[in-house]
Amino acid sequence: MGNVAEDEQYEESHVHAVYEQIASHFSSTRYKPWPIIERFLKGLPDGSIGLDIGCGNGKYLAVNPAIFIVGSDRSTNLAQIASQHHPHSVVVADILDLPHQHHSFDFAISIAVIHHLSTPIRRREAIASILATLRPDEGKALIYVWALEQESSRRGWSEGGEQDVMVPWVMKGSKKSTSKSPKNSGTGAVSVAVEDKTFHRYYHLYRRGELDDDIAAVGGKVLEAGYEKDNWWAIATPELSAS
Amino acid sequence: MKLLTLNFLTCARKTCKSTAAAFPLHPKEAELEQVEMDMNPLFITNMLPRLEWEAMKTLTTELGLPNLPAEPPSAEELADESGEPTQTLKDLHTLLMETSIASGKLVCGNCEHEYAVKEGIANFLLPSHMV
Repeated sequence: MGNVAEDEQYEESHVHAVYEQIASHFSSTRYKPWPIIERFLKGLPDGSIGLDIGCGNGKYLAVNPAIFIVGSDRSTNLAQIASQHHPHSVVVADILDLPHQHHSFDFAISIAVIHHLSTPIRRREAIASILATLRPDEGKALIYVWALEQESSRRGWSEGGEQDVMVPWVMKGSKKSTSKSPKNSGTGAVSVAVEDKTFHRYYHLYRRGELDDDIAAVGGKVLEAGYEKDNWWAIATPELSAS
Repeated sequence: MKLLTLNFLTCARKTCKSTAAAFPLHPKEAELEQVEMDMNPLFITNMLPRLEWEAMKTLTTELGLPNLPAEPPSAEELADESGEPTQTLKDLHTLLMETSIASGKLVCGNCEHEYAVKEGIANFLLPSHMV
């Protein structure tokens, strides 16, 4: 990958276009909030105002109705699905060009998003972009990325392995056996089964310490960090000196 | 898109974001709709001090909605002696939460780029030559 236009084109084909096509199926499989994220959102003071950057189907918008979240996603189809979660709002936007004022928000979450950017520079730019929206030294961001170290998962990735991978998403076809009503038996029912369709999404799998390094590299301070269920996560705040 | 959202949006272009002219975005050819929503008095009370009131005033004027008072209502004006929501609070709920832009454009006052709103969703993706 050479220049910015090529990087963008790569992500367009291998991330954005895929989510746009799998949006509704993807959404139907994403409904249970992860505990650390739920705790983060529920622990915010009533009336807090923040962002959910890469909100997908908006499952985290449903967690706390006493705060106000402007969600954003690159996929129009996912944003449309997410927009039903009141009192919150959703727009279509790119993490590198967010339509929000700097230094204004109490919090931000970005869950399973940064790992879709295809170069180290773009991943750091994405973190800088999140931190720039936060109120200096008060605002905090919760960031989740997929881990390379997933020894216990069926995917079989582990320390020392390839970090830039293509991950399949299988959209199940209709497996319904062809209906054979007694009347028509013998006429040979026509099969209408739809085949499974596999899409591949680009991921950068984060190794231990890499997320913390990226946050520090763009002037952020890690307040808390950890590993949960195949993911690295961190809560970060912009340092006062950061832009 | 509910009008409250407009208070937390500006132009997506890096060169505009820090300029005063980019906020608030200006609605153009906006189709409004009322989306009924349960009123949460505490939510409105919490949002009020966080609003850029001048931007809200600009927005209501540009949308042809009734003019807002010069200063934001105080907390005392939102509930009566018995703690019940006042008409002022109900009006704010209608304006901020229920009045929505169904379609139209949002225009940056700095670069004049127009962002489309379709089916209630604003799209801030920039064409590559503008990034």
